[in-house]
Amino acid sequence: MSKLNSRIPEGPLAEKWTNHKSHINLVNPANKRLIDIIVVGTGLAGGSAAASLAELGYKVKAFCFQDSPRRAHSIAAQGGINAAKNYQNDGDSTYRLFYDTIKGGDYRSREANVYRLAEVSANIIDQCVAQGVPFAREYGGLLDNRSFGGVQVSRTFYAKGQTGQQLLLGAYSAMSRQIGKGNIQMFNRHEMLELVMVDGKARGIIARNLITGEIERHSAHAVVIASGGYGNVFYLSTNAMGSNVTASWKIHKKGAYFANPCFTQIHPTCIPVSGDHQSKLTLMSESLRNDGRIWVPKKKEDVEAIRSGKLRPRDIKEEDRDYYLERRYPAFGNLVPRDVASRAAKERCDAGYGVNATGEAVFLDFSSAIERYGREKAAVEKIDNPSIEKIRDLGKQVIEAKYGNLFQMYEKIVDDNPYETPMKIYPAVHYTMGGIWVDYNLMTTIPGCYAAGEANFSDHGANRLGASALMQGLADGYFVLPYTIGDYLSNDIRTGKISTDLPEFEEAEKSVRERIDFFMNNKGSKSVDHFHKKLGKIMWNEVGMARNAEGLKKAIDDIRALRDEFWKDVKVPGTANSFNPELEKAGRVADFLELGELMALDALTRNESCGGHFREEFQTEEGEAVRDDAHFTYVAAWEYNGDPGKANLYKEELKYENIELKTRSYK
Amino acid sequence: MNLKLKIWRQPNASAPGKMVDYQVSDISGDMSFLEMIDVLNEQLIETDEEPVAFDHDCREGICGMCSMYINGEAHGPDRGVTTCQLHMRKFKDGDTIYIEPFRAKGFPVIKDLVVDRSAFDRIMAAGGFVSVNTSGNTMDANAIPIPKPDADEAFDAATCIGCGACVATCKNSSAMLFVSAKVSQLALLPQGKVEAKQRVLSMVEQMDKEGFGNCSNTGACEVECPKGISLSNIARMNREYLSASITGDK
Repeated sequence: MSKLNSRIPEGPLAEKWTNHKSHINLVNPANKRLIDIIVVGTGLAGGSAAASLAELGYKVKAFCFQDSPRRAHSIAAQGGINAAKNYQNDGDSTYRLFYDTIKGGDYRSREANVYRLAEVSANIIDQCVAQGVPFAREYGGLLDNRSFGGVQVSRTFYAKGQTGQQLLLGAYSAMSRQIGKGNIQMFNRHEMLELVMVDGKARGIIARNLITGEIERHSAHAVVIASGGYGNVFYLSTNAMGSNVTASWKIHKKGAYFANPCFTQIHPTCIPVSGDHQSKLTLMSESLRNDGRIWVPKKKEDVEAIRSGKLRPRDIKEEDRDYYLERRYPAFGNLVPRDVASRAAKERCDAGYGVNATGEAVFLDFSSAIERYGREKAAVEKIDNPSIEKIRDLGKQVIEAKYGNLFQMYEKIVDDNPYETPMKIYPAVHYTMGGIWVDYNLMTTIPGCYAAGEANFSDHGANRLGASALMQGLADGYFVLPYTIGDYLSNDIRTGKISTDLPEFEEAEKSVRERIDFFMNNKGSKSVDHFHKKLGKIMWNEVGMARNAEGLKKAIDDIRALRDEFWKDVKVPGTANSFNPELEKAGRVADFLELGELMALDALTRNESCGGHFREEFQTEEGEAVRDDAHFTYVAAWEYNGDPGKANLYKEELKYENIELKTRSYK
Repeated sequence: MNLKLKIWRQPNASAPGKMVDYQVSDISGDMSFLEMIDVLNEQLIETDEEPVAFDHDCREGICGMCSMYINGEAHGPDRGVTTCQLHMRKFKDGDTIYIEPFRAKGFPVIKDLVVDRSAFDRIMAAGGFVSVNTSGNTMDANAIPIPKPDADEAFDAATCIGCGACVATCKNSSAMLFVSAKVSQLALLPQGKVEAKQRVLSMVEQMDKEGFGNCSNTGACEVECPKGISLSNIARMNREYLSASITGDK
């Protein structure tokens, strides 16, 4: 039987959250001290949740696999964070941010959750400024904004190309304050390997100390999973090397439904793959599309000449360039949402217009912006009749101030100067909209187990808009979870400390030890990475930017075969009782090998194209996605039953009471 | 290209370590330094040896996790980059490369090239924050205008990634560049000024407790810092510390 109850509060959309907050149960301060909460993951969602819960008075245990909470992968988010502040007076509002997010998500997210997100967005900026986050400012001393894809206002707050870093360090400093006070017990270099359930409720975790290999039991009255997304199932992605699905997958196997696993975001502007040795892909922020124009040559002979180095990009005349996004989507131009921009790049490259040796790259060109800014700056500095060199010089200074760190990263990786010649970019896996199913309170289908940030599925539908991940992570952790978790914990004030000697802990620990022992004794012949790379290829080819039924069926077969091979032949060196990164990877890849199959199954079941999920069978003649609202306006929530390929599907119907379902158009 | 590697191997914190020789071949200039180590590790796994343990995560120069000391320099010969962003095109065929962990009393070795930098977390917990609850009930973000030069300078200090290259580079194993970056960021902003005195005193006290040395203005930290954190932050911290010591309550 389905356990799906979204628990969306009654009342008009704009009042739901306020009403809900006013009516949920609270835990008094004296009782909070008696309640333990485990938070797994210390990125924007986990870090902000841990800090806020500790401030409220709960006893928090926070876990991260990195050597410090400050290193969670939120740190790498570049472009910015959205908030409906309307500082620019350009027509922004809570409703417009809500509307843009629902539309950007291709009408596959929950109205009430998204509205709440838009509602608390402004508070996030206030909060971060109060913490000393150094956002970019204008000369008058007020905060600056820029634009991101899929919107027509400037609502993105930023700190150069390092916004994620600054926000995470803000959350980390809030955590540090609570660590210093003893309200957060921090477990660095620890990995959660199992959820412990007692009487049907989440009551603790089993974690491995990654330095000593010790297996530890930790109990709590509630467990929050904020361990991020699962993009690394593709092997190559913009995620950090350690990013993994293990915490999410463990709770899934214990009864938490996994929602919309096929909704993955392929980011249009990443540095292209250079060879087989590649271990990860590097993002070039979407903010660059504010000023960069994307193009490929119109003529095949120019493409050839560029690939062979006979012509340089700047030798191609303006009329021989195809600014294909501006051509296809004049209303939004280079700032169409990510899914649309990625598919358009793939379309041009598949048609043979890719500009590098592999044929998988397009140009992102800053020369017009450099000239435009240069002229502006020359005027401000009162330089009469500046030469074109002078203009370009001045323009480069402006671009450097805005995107300096991104340009430097590009130059170091590619060995090419993007101030002089256009960047080459190609889409890459970046973010996962799918994740653990949660209700309005962010609770999963396991009582007492919560999921926050990228780990849950709730706010971005089938496609996330740029600069919204940071917004959601902090909204969940600072402003949503601290309220909603109290409602559940109010029933736990008399429970007392949960003992880790319970048989449930013993059993969970045993299963963790068995798995570790298996890896250590397997004596196979292939490294973990060998299998991970193979899985990545299957996922990218068949469950990537474009999918079809035949390919998805093949992917399911291939993944099952690879999984069998993995268990037979994986080789893990070293010992269990020491620092052993290969052992860590083995556990993570084992989980990816199950998740990958569920993603393919979900993609196969969803017979429509929406957002990041593009099924080749469902497209218009011009190659635009065709959604099927009559049959697929639902959240696919999967229940584990022992075999990921035979998971049970439950549907949460999405009701649009405030927004009319429309074909998404950016033309 | 083909390379000789001399790598520090140490099984755990209490066991002695030594340099061990390895060879890697067919290394492409487009590989990052860590991808070259990946190649070596695959090789070691194949021949049933234990791979070299090293810290790494984002591999795009921002998480601060990677921490190798390469040919006598933190993060290797390139400027303004972390080890993960160092590319093999900076080396030549036939080169011998020495790879060691970040060495300092405050950073004990965990295994091979992995060191324990949790001392930085403890320094942060001593005062690297603004004491404001995350209730969201603060004033509007634009209520206090901040002069752009101050905001920019605070941002420059705030870009520190906490990798510890400054400590590893400093002949005194001083953590003053790291600590001063946080002290400066918050001292430059009106939100952080309120408790600036208490902060600098507490953070410096914890820094000393952790066994980091003092600053003797050599400036090597600034040169090796992958994020270009300026030495002037240390000067600012010293000013803050002096004024807090004279007028503060602690």
